[in-house]
Amino acid sequence: MQALADVSLHAAPGELLAVVGPSGCGKSTLLELICGLQQPDSGRVACAPAVLMPQRDLLLPWLSALDNAALALRIARVPRTQARAQADALFAELGLDGFQRARPHELSGGMRQRVAFARTLLSGKPLLCLDEPFGALDAITRGEMQEWLAGTLAREPRTVVLVTHDVEEAILLADRVLVLSPRPGHVIAELEVLLARPRARSDHEVVALREHALTALSGARAR
Amino acid sequence: MRTASTGRIQGALPATLLVVGLLGGWELYADFSGVQEDLLPAPHAVAGALWSNAGSVAHNALVTAEQVVLGLALALMIGFALAVAIHLLPLLRRAAYPLAVGSQAVPIPVIGVLLVFWWGFGIFPKLLVIALICFFPVVVATVDGLAAVDPEQPKLLRTLDASRWQAFRFAELPAALPAALSGARIALAVGVIGAFIAETSTPTTAAYSGLGREIITNISGGFQTPRAYAATFVLFVLAIACFHLLTLAERALIPWNARTERGAS
Repeated sequence: MQALADVSLHAAPGELLAVVGPSGCGKSTLLELICGLQQPDSGRVACAPAVLMPQRDLLLPWLSALDNAALALRIARVPRTQARAQADALFAELGLDGFQRARPHELSGGMRQRVAFARTLLSGKPLLCLDEPFGALDAITRGEMQEWLAGTLAREPRTVVLVTHDVEEAILLADRVLVLSPRPGHVIAELEVLLARPRARSDHEVVALREHALTALSGARAR
Repeated sequence: MRTASTGRIQGALPATLLVVGLLGGWELYADFSGVQEDLLPAPHAVAGALWSNAGSVAHNALVTAEQVVLGLALALMIGFALAVAIHLLPLLRRAAYPLAVGSQAVPIPVIGVLLVFWWGFGIFPKLLVIALICFFPVVVATVDGLAAVDPEQPKLLRTLDASRWQAFRFAELPAALPAALSGARIALAVGVIGAFIAETSTPTTAAYSGLGREIITNISGGFQTPRAYAATFVLFVLAIACFHLLTLAERALIPWNARTERGAS
């Protein structure tokens, strides 16, 4: 089954590129290509080493929050105490202080995503692939987490490819938004989001861009 | 407020009542139905036999307990190692699984004498018999547990640059532990009867005769049925004790598991 067709994209270092599209447009396939988990049937992927943050947090239930965050370091054979110290330093910054020893099932959905994001950051890779990171959260928590992610990336700049089906989320967070058509996905619109941060969902420009993207999406669906 | 000790007493109450009820019924049946003592001794006769033979029963109980514990440990090691090998080497799954299933059909007396011919009259052949009887549920449960890891998990671990070994060590192995311990529970349930079979199907010296020999000689040789029942009662207690030991081990090994957490709270 063909998931993507003629998709061409480019992200500059430090840029947050959002990819939006309907369910099943090949968004996750795109991230797996970038992360090297799949090889394209045709075409080419050239990018820095990328790390995946999957939609479900996939935290390991037998590890504490701190050890889950430090997983990439442990895999890189960093000694346990040193790995924990490095993760611990990040916890305060990510609003996770006090939850170091908590097991994943003791954490709320938002906190679990924060731990998963800490795990992603600590992999040390320059390119982060976020696959619907807030898709499973309730609306209020999702709003909080969007603000949190924007703030965190302002302090810890990374190149990010954010996949989401939430057009508003893409515009609130991204420097550039690619709109994908239904399967097989191809780019139907590309929006530069040159708005100052922090952005609010009620800002005129945000609303206007959202409508623009939604129009492009419904146009693609009608064809 | 309910303290921990009253909670424990209340928890043990149903089991105690059931045992008392069953013993009472048994006593009445044995005393008044006219059944011969050689066929079914009354509980008071069993208790008497246990009391008057306490020394020999205790000695044999220790022999059997050692065999059960070491035999089960061997079964768990063999079962777990085989499951890991089957998980990591798909070719082995096709080769080894049918053999493992077939091994469960081997009647122990057929190989008991051979094992003794190879390894002598000591404890080792008996441990092998117990392991042969008990390893299979550990293999099946652990193989299933290892395969039950979230299919997305390997992808995540690959982007974190985990090797095959690290994916096993960090994700698959801990994820399989609860299932492996469930397999161990089943193994344990047959471990004590496994020791009985081991003791009665391998030629042995007096030092390693255990409760199995004690039961068989008293049933078939001396018509001392109450004494055989006394030894059987000790086997019964041994099985329950092993089961509780494993529950304690589970709490230490898999504290994140829901079943053990409920038990601990």
